[in-house]
Amino acid sequence: MTMSSFDVRRSSGTFDRTLLLVVPGLLIVLALFLYPFLFGFILSFSTGKGTSLGNYAKFFSTPFLSDTIGTTLWISLPATLANIGLALPIAFVTRRYRFRRLLTTFLVVPITLGTVLVAEGLLIYLGPQGWLNRFLLTTHLSTSPVHLTHNYWGVFLSLIISGFPFAYLLLLSYLTGIDPTLPQAAATLGASPWRQFVHIYLPLLIPGLAIVFCLSFVQAFSVFPSAVLLGAPAGPTRVISIAAYQAAFEDYDYPMASAIAMIMAGVQLLVVVVVLGARILFYRGPSSGAKG
Amino acid sequence: MSTSRQTRTITNHLSLLTSHFSRLAVWVVIVFFVLNILALIAAVAVDSFATTWLGTWLPAGFTLRWYGSAWTEFQLDSVLIVTIEVAFAVVGISLLVGVPAAYALARRNFRFKRAVLLLFVLPLLVPPMTYGIPLATVLYSLHLAGTINGVILANLVPAVPFVILVMTPFVEQIDPKLEAAARVLGANTLRLFVHILVPLLAPGILAAGLLVLVRTIGMFELTFLTAGPDSQTLVVTLYYTVFAAGVRAAQSIDAMAVIYMVTTLIWLLIALRFINPAQLVTRVKE
Repeated sequence: MTMSSFDVRRSSGTFDRTLLLVVPGLLIVLALFLYPFLFGFILSFSTGKGTSLGNYAKFFSTPFLSDTIGTTLWISLPATLANIGLALPIAFVTRRYRFRRLLTTFLVVPITLGTVLVAEGLLIYLGPQGWLNRFLLTTHLSTSPVHLTHNYWGVFLSLIISGFPFAYLLLLSYLTGIDPTLPQAAATLGASPWRQFVHIYLPLLIPGLAIVFCLSFVQAFSVFPSAVLLGAPAGPTRVISIAAYQAAFEDYDYPMASAIAMIMAGVQLLVVVVVLGARILFYRGPSSGAKG
Repeated sequence: MSTSRQTRTITNHLSLLTSHFSRLAVWVVIVFFVLNILALIAAVAVDSFATTWLGTWLPAGFTLRWYGSAWTEFQLDSVLIVTIEVAFAVVGISLLVGVPAAYALARRNFRFKRAVLLLFVLPLLVPPMTYGIPLATVLYSLHLAGTINGVILANLVPAVPFVILVMTPFVEQIDPKLEAAARVLGANTLRLFVHILVPLLAPGILAAGLLVLVRTIGMFELTFLTAGPDSQTLVVTLYYTVFAAGVRAAQSIDAMAVIYMVTTLIWLLIALRFINPAQLVTRVKE
């Protein structure tokens, strides 16, 4: 069989110079992503008196600092569960709708605008004088203004507004990746839409659900601008990113800031590992499509 | 009708009813969500035009003066210039670096390819705040933080992998026989790119560029951690003014917020002419 000059070049053993095209991008990621992590990891062990676990010990023995883990989990886990819990049925129902592209376009707007603008908008809209409270008071759904800003609920709602479209779009892409002939086959055998969902879609979605949960959780756990602007950063919504920021830019204690950043990454990694490990217990099959 | 047929008909009706009901419930939730987003955007916009707005459904009067005062007070002309510089620099560099890398990854298999792919995917999975603090620490030690170059470098971290991820399917769509034909006729890689690949990849490059532009304008955390007082992008300046909100008139803050919204949404609308909106978030199979 004749080989093209293409194949001859490759098999001749000379170095494939096309691979050099990857090098600039690789350098950027290595230098600006991987190296800072390693640098920060090593830096986190340096206290004023040599290297030790001093920063980590200080973090876990100071409630002002260590409580941030619990506070952040208390905000991010329910928000993630709410986002997924809302996004899954909505993605399922709208997966074939005609105006889906219009809906998708609209849902992309909060993601594009970003958390800072959403926080500012919510400060006005949910404020004591804002339209929501005005609506609740005029329709007598509530007798006094509902406090939704500068507390936990403001941050929670902003996480829903920026997290739900993200979860919806990801779940939609997983849902549309499932072969539609499978539920059709189930339907011809007499399965109602509910049974189709529970017995066909859900098992095939579990790997995708696990990934969407991890991505949404990780995003929610790093919440920063809404916790400061829309929450109560001194107490109830003092999240771990605030602690890291303060260590770096107010105390100028870079080793401590690196330690907090490592702890933040560590907690996120732990949750991701737990979730992905749990899903392996449920389903070991391929994650996309179902053609056997 | 026999009883088993009756029960089957009843269960059919019930399941039809529950499916209709659940559909209705889903649409109620969607409409509620959309209304709330529109309301919060409108609240900012209306407030920016208000003379005063306390305790009423709509402001007492409307004026444009807050835009003028915001423009001068927050030096929006220089902030906008910085934003444009950063955004276009990031787009340019990430395209220049990412498109060839996507080509190499799509066309070649090599020993450490999986590790390289993982390395390129990680900056998109790890949230910016988590890697931003170590990155800012490194940039400060290199005296690059607080300058526009530091901001550009920081924003490159999510942008380059994003371009690679978006471009890889576009490269895979190109018939490799075209490249083989070009090489047989003596083209080196540069000529291959200039005459064959870039023209064929133009829609993908445009899509990737617009997506990176929109994401960089809205990227808060990385710029916030690495910017100095004269290298802030619009979203960071907005944050600082909302943060110090007690000192300034709320209306001028909202005027700046509207300017930010318009800037972002203009580019989003332009991008949507060419791309599927979901691509902002995930890989979309057309």
